[in-house]
Amino acid sequence: MYKAIVIGTSYGGLEAIKAIIPKLPKDFPLALLIVLHIGDNDNTTFINLLNDSSEILIKEAEEKESIKPGIVYFAPPNYHLLVEKDETISLSTEPKVNFSRPSIDVLFESASWVYRDQLIGIVMSGANSDGADGLKLIKANGGTTIVENPCSSYAPTMPRAALKSTKPDYRLKLEAIKDQLMKLAGYNI
Amino acid sequence: MNDQIYTGKNLDLLDIELQLLLEAIHLKYGYDFRNYSKAHVKRRILHKFNMSSMENITQMQERLLWDKRYFAELINELSINVTEMFRDPAFYKSFRENVVPVLKTYAFIKVWHAGCATGEEVYSLAILLKEEGLLERAQIYATDFNRNVLEVAKQGIYSNDNFSQYSRNYKSAGGKGEFSDYFTSRYGSVMMDKSLTKKVVFADHNLVTDSVFAEVNLIICRNVMIYFNRELQNKVVGLFYKSLSSSGYLCLGTKESLRFGEHEQLFQAVDPKYRIYKKRII
Ligand SMILES: C[S@@+](CC[C@H](N)C(=O)[O-])C[C@H]1O[C@@H](n2cnc3c(N)ncnc32)[C@H](O)[C@@H]1O
Repeated sequence: MYKAIVIGTSYGGLEAIKAIIPKLPKDFPLALLIVLHIGDNDNTTFINLLNDSSEILIKEAEEKESIKPGIVYFAPPNYHLLVEKDETISLSTEPKVNFSRPSIDVLFESASWVYRDQLIGIVMSGANSDGADGLKLIKANGGTTIVENPCSSYAPTMPRAALKSTKPDYRLKLEAIKDQLMKLAGYNI
Repeated sequence: MNDQIYTGKNLDLLDIELQLLLEAIHLKYGYDFRNYSKAHVKRRILHKFNMSSMENITQMQERLLWDKRYFAELINELSINVTEMFRDPAFYKSFRENVVPVLKTYAFIKVWHAGCATGEEVYSLAILLKEEGLLERAQIYATDFNRNVLEVAKQGIYSNDNFSQYSRNYKSAGGKGEFSDYFTSRYGSVMMDKSLTKKVVFADHNLVTDSVFAEVNLIICRNVMIYFNRELQNKVVGLFYKSLSSSGYLCLGTKESLRFGEHEQLFQAVDPKYRIYKKRII
């Protein structure tokens, strides 16, 4: 049984996330941790917007809080988001990784150390190659990997880089990702 | 390096090796990282490991025990020294509005910057205090456990790469003059005005293993405890509590909070958003 989903996306990411999160049911049994590159901007506005259109709870990840199923945690702007072994959140101001803070690789790596084969990693639309190494590690640790099909993704660089590093379990169009997640989470659809 | 060695089953072995490594550092050098955030420590150590030609972390432990210089390199790796002038300008703005008026009623102010890194934060606060007419009344202690960064802080010489960003930060922080009045710039380097650190004592102090530093009215410890586990955070907040005079202020990083700690009741939030707290009188 899976415990968590990690998602990485940058340019075009907001649209990609909107195609998934608002469609998940309230009792969705996995935690979701997301790195969306939005620069130094405050992300409260879009978290509020997303909450208005979703059944599950969406929040900014806070230092030391426990990671719970059915909640979506966004990395705060300018901080890396890490998962601790006791399934709590750590934040870090260490230097940028892949020119990014938060970095997708940093989240994927630490989540993979903890959740191993109980983790699903997804790389979606984006204009750099952050996430490629992290996805590879998720796969090496027995996790399930999904890459958005670059041909139909808003910005194909990031999914392409992920496909280069990793042969994912699923390569899907944006519209199909949510259904795949529901299946992996044990729903009959 | 072999970047796939620490995957799958070897992850458990990695945890064992890391635990032994931290134990070795503590026994040999007295620095205690055992209660730092595990994910953070693992990342930093693996980062160092991946740049080496070693085969595993156990080899790193051997090297570290026999080679003092190697340990110094590792300290640099483990202490994240990233900092900025007027980092989170809105914090400084709130500080001006909520704390400065009270400090103005004091005849003398003692300030402790704990984990000051390369000193940008110390210069920022000194500028603010100067503009508020408080610098002359202040005694400032700036401490860190990494001597290399303290040396940089003392010198007050920085690359000017980030100074246009800092200048914007200064303005949004409510700066009352021109940022360029506080430094001289030459050949791509910037030298901070020496008068800013007249009242500053830079000192080596480890928050984990050393005790109370001095009695102070204000403690600024931003983005340091974020790397500690809860138990260690509680211990250090306890240390701060003891170091603060009655009604003293504690300022944390913007994403750090006392909310999850056991000392929450000992402090009262002055500005919860920007993590400015005040010691409760009990
Ligand atoms: C990310 S920097 C924060 C710098 C500055 N306060 C700021 O917010 O911009 C963290 C600093 O904490 C220091 N540090 C970490 N552990 C420490 C300890 N146990 N005792 C004292 N300083 C420590 C590191 O050396 C580093 O310089």
